[in-house]
Amino acid sequence: MMARKVLALNGDEAAAYAVKQCKPDVIAAYPITPQTIIVERLSDFVADGELDAEFISAESEHSALSACIGASAMGARTYTATASQGLALMYEMLFVASSFRLPIVMSVANRALNSPLNIWNDMSDTMGARDCGWIQIYNENAQEVYDFTIQSFRIAEDHRVLLPVMVCHDGFVVSHSTEGVETLSDSEVDSFLPPRTPVYPLDVENPVTIGCVGVPEYYPEIKYQQEVATKKSIQTIKEIINEFNESFGRNYDIIEKYQMDGAEVALLTIGSASGTAKDAVDEMRAEGKPVGLLKLRLFRPLPVEDLRKALSGLKAVGVIDRHISFGSMGGALNMEVRAALYEMRERPHVMGFPAGLGGRDIRVEHFIKITEELLRIAERDVLEEDYRVVGCRGPGCIGP
Amino acid sequence: MALKSLPLHEYLSSGHRLCAGCGEGVTIRQILKSFDEPPIICNATSCLEVSTTPFPYTSWRTPWIHPAFECTGAVAAGVEAAQKALIRKGRKKKWDVVLALAGDGGTYDIGLQSLSGALERGHKFVYVCYTNDAYMNTGIQRSGATPRAAWTTTSPAGKVIPGKTEWQKDLMKIVVAHDIPYAATVSPSYPMDLQRKMKKAIQADGPSFILALTPCPRGWRTPPYLTIELGRLAVQTCMFPLYEVENGQYKITMKPKRKLPVEYYLRPQGRFRHLFTPKTRHDIINAIQAYVDKKWQEIQKLEQLTQQ
Repeated sequence: MMARKVLALNGDEAAAYAVKQCKPDVIAAYPITPQTIIVERLSDFVADGELDAEFISAESEHSALSACIGASAMGARTYTATASQGLALMYEMLFVASSFRLPIVMSVANRALNSPLNIWNDMSDTMGARDCGWIQIYNENAQEVYDFTIQSFRIAEDHRVLLPVMVCHDGFVVSHSTEGVETLSDSEVDSFLPPRTPVYPLDVENPVTIGCVGVPEYYPEIKYQQEVATKKSIQTIKEIINEFNESFGRNYDIIEKYQMDGAEVALLTIGSASGTAKDAVDEMRAEGKPVGLLKLRLFRPLPVEDLRKALSGLKAVGVIDRHISFGSMGGALNMEVRAALYEMRERPHVMGFPAGLGGRDIRVEHFIKITEELLRIAERDVLEEDYRVVGCRGPGCIGP
Repeated sequence: MALKSLPLHEYLSSGHRLCAGCGEGVTIRQILKSFDEPPIICNATSCLEVSTTPFPYTSWRTPWIHPAFECTGAVAAGVEAAQKALIRKGRKKKWDVVLALAGDGGTYDIGLQSLSGALERGHKFVYVCYTNDAYMNTGIQRSGATPRAAWTTTSPAGKVIPGKTEWQKDLMKIVVAHDIPYAATVSPSYPMDLQRKMKKAIQADGPSFILALTPCPRGWRTPPYLTIELGRLAVQTCMFPLYEVENGQYKITMKPKRKLPVEYYLRPQGRFRHLFTPKTRHDIINAIQAYVDKKWQEIQKLEQLTQQ
């Protein structure tokens, strides 16, 4: 293997560096904390002539994504980045981008939503956008941000997929934390990611109409095709991850296992909390407790079969959500895992733990308390609560 | 330039579902006649959009995209930027004109921010706003373009309030304030004036803006055969003056030989019927006349002021 540079990059810088190597034609974005470093670095790359791209400093996130839609429809490789309120402002256009089957890649530095105004990390933004038809990939650290930003372009532009991708990392915890990131050479990225070959671009030689009126006689078939394509993309995503692993000596999967041999209860995590949770698992294991961890990387499309396989045989699972779906059963991940397992004959108890809202730290001791609760549930074979909020002052919460 | 010399192509084909007598259909056809080669069209949600693209049909013989309502300026910006990048990188051969099409709701109101952003950034495109003075696509609701006193379903002529109580937003002033190279008003009733202005808009070095008044028989409560006549009356009463602003220089392109009273324009339209029946509302008509006179004088002064 050829020598690769290890650079000191935070999560945002890792995203920007990866995007530069992916050679987008058009970037349209609007600054918002904690994503801003990405657009700043990309602006530098363009200003210094290191990246040959049109950079549109849009006047809002709504316009940023709208400009991406126009550019991507022209056949350009297109990128944007946002967070929180910015993603919420894009909401309308998220559906349009996926329905047009445009391979736009968007970094999201996950951040809580107003109100009260909060610039810190949770996943209220992207979890709220889970039904927009975008692929969603969640990353634990800057290295993953780098690696999956590159893979996201390949996934999005694959003709079997043709869907936009949100590549997410936790605000501040990942976006502003500097780590050593092993980068690929430009030629390695070039060989992994060939230039985009658009299918039906806006072209005067072959005029197409994009964004017609879909009456009830046609709308369901169009949406059905979108659903089939999204479900089928899981296989392609796995193939692309495997190719990346083999080409560059990585070891990624859509669900990753940690200390799962002999585990009777498990934490199911997403994003940067996985690292802290792994420490807790290590401590519990040292005490001889049968505790393991599963890290979900791909939330959309939800790898339902893989989840069933990964969770079968366990007695209890604690799902760590970084947001709350108000008035239901904690977070969306908890609800969807429960739904996925419902028809299994032998299924574990599943309890939700919405944690770390608005940047509240989730510490090792929180995860210890959660696993202790899971062991109790496993022992008594009874689940008494659908969910319990973690890291919060309030009756029934697992304390701050 | 003569009417006979206009190209024979029809980039908007016949068979679309716009209403009989719709001013939009006539205007967009004329707009497209000013192109020698097909433009790439970015369309806002509007009557034009829904009437020309019911899947699996399309009336467009040009590349055409419609993502949503309020984003036409931004979408056109993205198309323009992509074109620049792709041509620079050798992945596209020639420059195609980018034409943004949006109605008054999509421009005066919900799309104003995206238009302003795109104008400020200086993207090279032609933006045509076809205004029929209200949200006609959703069934005649008031917009920022609706004239004072006009009836709409959300500014009804009630027992107490006689139609819209506010003046029409002066969109041209807002657009011109961006210091773009070219902006003009056009009317399908003056086709050669429209052609001349479109040619300039297409050739402008930067963003250009065209405001077209497109009478709407359904919303204005007028018979379809009056569409072109009403367009003419709008100009001759100075309710809708035809002018252009080229690099900051104002020029009125159609000075009425005899400036007609606004009543000539208002009376044939059902949306102003409450000004004439059961009794004539001279107070409102006079206020409209005074406002139109003031605006007409203002534009003449601007023309003088910006003469070289």
